[in-house]
Amino acid sequence: MRETTTVGDELTDTKTAGAPSTSGTVGNTPGKKAKKEREASLWSDAVSDLRRNPIFLIGSALVLLLVVLSAVPQWFTPDSPFTAGACQLQDSLKKPSADHWFGFDVQGCDVYTRTVWAARNSIIVGIVTTALVIVVGGALGLLAGWVGGLVDSLLSRFTEIFFAIPLLLGGMLIMSGLGKGNAWTVSIVLATLGWPQIFRIMRSSVLQNKNNDYVVAARALGAGTWRITMRHILPNAIAPVIVVGAISLGVYIGAEAALSYLGIGVQPPGISWGLMVSDASVRWLQAPHVLLFPAAALSITVLAFIMVGDAVRDALDPKLR
Amino acid sequence: MTTISKTSNVPAPRSAPEGTPLLEVRDLHVEFHTRDGVAKAVNGVSYSVNAGETLAVLGESGSGKSVTAQAIMGILDMPPGKIPHGEILFQGQDLLKLPAEDFRKIRGQKIAMIFQDALSSLNPVHTVGAQLGEMFRVHRGMSKKDATAKAVELMDRVKIPAAKARVGDYPHQFSGGMRQRIMIAMAMALEPDLIIADEPTTALDVTVQAQVMDLLAELQREMNMGLILITHDLGVVADVADKIAVMYGGRIVENAPVHEIYKRPAHPYTRGLLDSIPRLDQKGQELYAIKGLPPNLLNIPSGCAFNPRCPKAQDICRTDVPVLHQVTERDGSELPGRGSACHFWKEQIHG
Amino acid sequence: MAEPTGNAPEREPILQVRNLVKHFPLTQGILFKKQVGAVKAVDGISFDLYRGETLGIVGESGCGKSTVAKLLMNLERATAGEVFYKGQDITKLSGRALKTVRRNIQMVFQDPYTSLNPRMTVGDIIGEPFEIHPEVAPKGDRRRKVQELLDVVGLNPEYINRYPHQFSGGQRQRIGIARGLALNPEIIICDEPVSALDVSVQAQVINLMGKLQDEFDLSYVFIAHDLSIVRHISDRVGVMYLGKMAEIGSDAEIYEHPTHPYTQALLSAVPVPDPEVREARERIILTGDVPSPANPPSGCRFRTRCWKAEEKCATEEPLLAIPTRFKSVNTPAAHESACHFAEEKAVLAV
Repeated sequence: MRETTTVGDELTDTKTAGAPSTSGTVGNTPGKKAKKEREASLWSDAVSDLRRNPIFLIGSALVLLLVVLSAVPQWFTPDSPFTAGACQLQDSLKKPSADHWFGFDVQGCDVYTRTVWAARNSIIVGIVTTALVIVVGGALGLLAGWVGGLVDSLLSRFTEIFFAIPLLLGGMLIMSGLGKGNAWTVSIVLATLGWPQIFRIMRSSVLQNKNNDYVVAARALGAGTWRITMRHILPNAIAPVIVVGAISLGVYIGAEAALSYLGIGVQPPGISWGLMVSDASVRWLQAPHVLLFPAAALSITVLAFIMVGDAVRDALDPKLR
Repeated sequence: MTTISKTSNVPAPRSAPEGTPLLEVRDLHVEFHTRDGVAKAVNGVSYSVNAGETLAVLGESGSGKSVTAQAIMGILDMPPGKIPHGEILFQGQDLLKLPAEDFRKIRGQKIAMIFQDALSSLNPVHTVGAQLGEMFRVHRGMSKKDATAKAVELMDRVKIPAAKARVGDYPHQFSGGMRQRIMIAMAMALEPDLIIADEPTTALDVTVQAQVMDLLAELQREMNMGLILITHDLGVVADVADKIAVMYGGRIVENAPVHEIYKRPAHPYTRGLLDSIPRLDQKGQELYAIKGLPPNLLNIPSGCAFNPRCPKAQDICRTDVPVLHQVTERDGSELPGRGSACHFWKEQIHG
Repeated sequence: MAEPTGNAPEREPILQVRNLVKHFPLTQGILFKKQVGAVKAVDGISFDLYRGETLGIVGESGCGKSTVAKLLMNLERATAGEVFYKGQDITKLSGRALKTVRRNIQMVFQDPYTSLNPRMTVGDIIGEPFEIHPEVAPKGDRRRKVQELLDVVGLNPEYINRYPHQFSGGQRQRIGIARGLALNPEIIICDEPVSALDVSVQAQVINLMGKLQDEFDLSYVFIAHDLSIVRHISDRVGVMYLGKMAEIGSDAEIYEHPTHPYTQALLSAVPVPDPEVREARERIILTGDVPSPANPPSGCRFRTRCWKAEEKCATEEPLLAIPTRFKSVNTPAAHESACHFAEEKAVLAV
């Protein structure tokens, strides 16, 4: 924190010296403002920053909505797209109306119902992929950074092989080989290709933190590897991982849509925005609404996650303050 | 106490101050607008330097010594920095009122700055020769070849061995002391009238410190430049300065010719600082320690900023900001160049 | 090794360092690294530390003094040599045995900003030693112990729930000292403990360390580059240059009767905050920089910057011993000095 401000040491020191000196001489008077001061830490500063950031507020509201939407879609639409007779061919390509806001697709299915229910697959792919990536990439990155030496060399070279494979191209290749896909297989495939990014961030973050004096101090006290990793390394190294995780969550949702669009992601009767876009793309001139609504839902979702990730990154980066 | 005779030992400014001083800072204020409020880094600082004279600005972190220098150099980050009040007169001209372009010209050619950390002040991807030469190419319009020749000359002048062979080296290939010499060479390149050195030797080893300080003093004498030396080290000050301004909480608390201040400080803060450094030439008992902490610039104590830490503080110190009093002898005769911003300066110096 | 002068002969050394060596290999290669050289950070250092005393170690950057601290703490494995703590060589220890020794040798770091984990409260930081060594304090007792420690180092015990960044540099250093004291150690290794602090705060911390030494009968190894501070706090002082001990003796022997040219140059270069003393003394200004520890000069390592250097200095390495010419004389100059041409030279005007 100290090195980052460019104003000169005068100002930065006011920050560090600030809190205690308000309460007078060293260790004499109890800090009257202790309650207020406690809130000031990297994370709590970030939180107060985020609360005032409209980008974060909009983004997180959208994310919240999407999560609820995918957990309990029946709250938002009375019909399920999976019940028999949900789609009536006579409704095919009907335009939006007061009863059916998004109109009907070529099969005569209600576009609104399908758009709402499709959120679930996207969110599953986003969250599961990100979770897998953070667990696998994070654990291996921690291992490589902390152990170093030959383990680090081997893991790093191994990671570079994966890193060289483009996410979408690799995903297309593997998915088309697997044939039948659903949200879970897509997640696993994307995670297989996505973990190197987190690995690299985690590794460099650990390398940065492991030579800090407080880690050396813990070693000098006789702390074991597990304690040092859990108490000292991980809490200080995790922030950048979380930020990148949030941003790439949106990217994975986009990748799922792309795979489904190509017919190698989520398969019918499963519902996915990518699939809906694919179905609508043939007749989009006659029935633009069939394309528009799922495409917009997809864009807004990806955008929402990227907005949140970006805002968190800015808030956690004291240099940008 | 016939201390008057001692004052004559003070080295006279090397060139007589005729008319306007080279640089005069008048009632300068600088504040920073942060999320937590307004940090008042500089609160009415005035000082002046003549050609050939060395002014040492002494203070701890947060005293405002570096911010003042940054304001003079026009390198304050604005925002969050702001100069609500004050004048910086360079050769009679107020730099703060100049158009940006003119200020930039003065800054490049007539005022130069030396920073503490030479490695981060030099561009790592260019050779030192190119960086030194650039000064001549930009400001003097020299050809590349002439500029390189000039660079070698400069490196010779700051006593870098084998200058000709090393002109093509990159900054990281030099040791800390040599890099600081290169910084000095860059500052000297256009023969400025004023050099501001911000902790120029703090990052260096003692044996190298002495070399660099000597070089700086020698070049200053040769070129009759004004030098503002910003430091926290009372030892470095004693070695090279003509006069001292001690800063605390964004104000000057004491002004004095260098010899005087060590003998008879007129401000309790200066006294405390002098007493709190261990002596090399004698083994002391417990050190005197100024209690408490430097002030929080967001919330500077009322009255005298030093009052919560001052052993002599009275009620008036908590209510009235002391002005910089002219310090006089016991008999009322003026001590030239001496001032103290303490309500009880008389007790401090004569008590 | 001869008994260091200036110490009562009955005192038992608590720590004995013998021919301590640390070479850091310089490697090349991506997957399989091969050694292409070594940085000789510490190259054969011996000294004793006595109970209750402070041994100052001074030297310029790159002289290996911080590596010595890490070796004494067993944070780096020594390449060769021994460190005996109460007769036991701790450089060979590991696991449980090492953990036990760690209770007795603790460390205070230079940078109060990086030596405290920013994500932990002061209570957790000072309490961590008890979690690692649960036998020292029973669980229910820990909070009280931490508050006691805060009080001992002059901080308000109510600050226990605050985070490090809410403190100033001097206060953080106090927290670091409290952590070092928690296990009630016998030895504290201080690596530049005050050099990152403001002048007015340095004195507070130095005084605190002096007070704690008396209170807890601590032995300090005090590593610093500031000769004035080292003199103030040390009973004995060792001067290091490029991985070697150049001279060692009591503080008066080193400061008032230095016999090694490097010590003399170092002392004469220190700016003294008193213009009159400054004018009275002679200054030795060394030329050049410290050579690289990866490729140190042959013979005496100081010879490249020494004004006394002769051919002998390039071929024959001077050993750290009482110089022959002073051996039979009762003079403060008779202390260990690694110079072929050791002679007294008063550099400080006293």
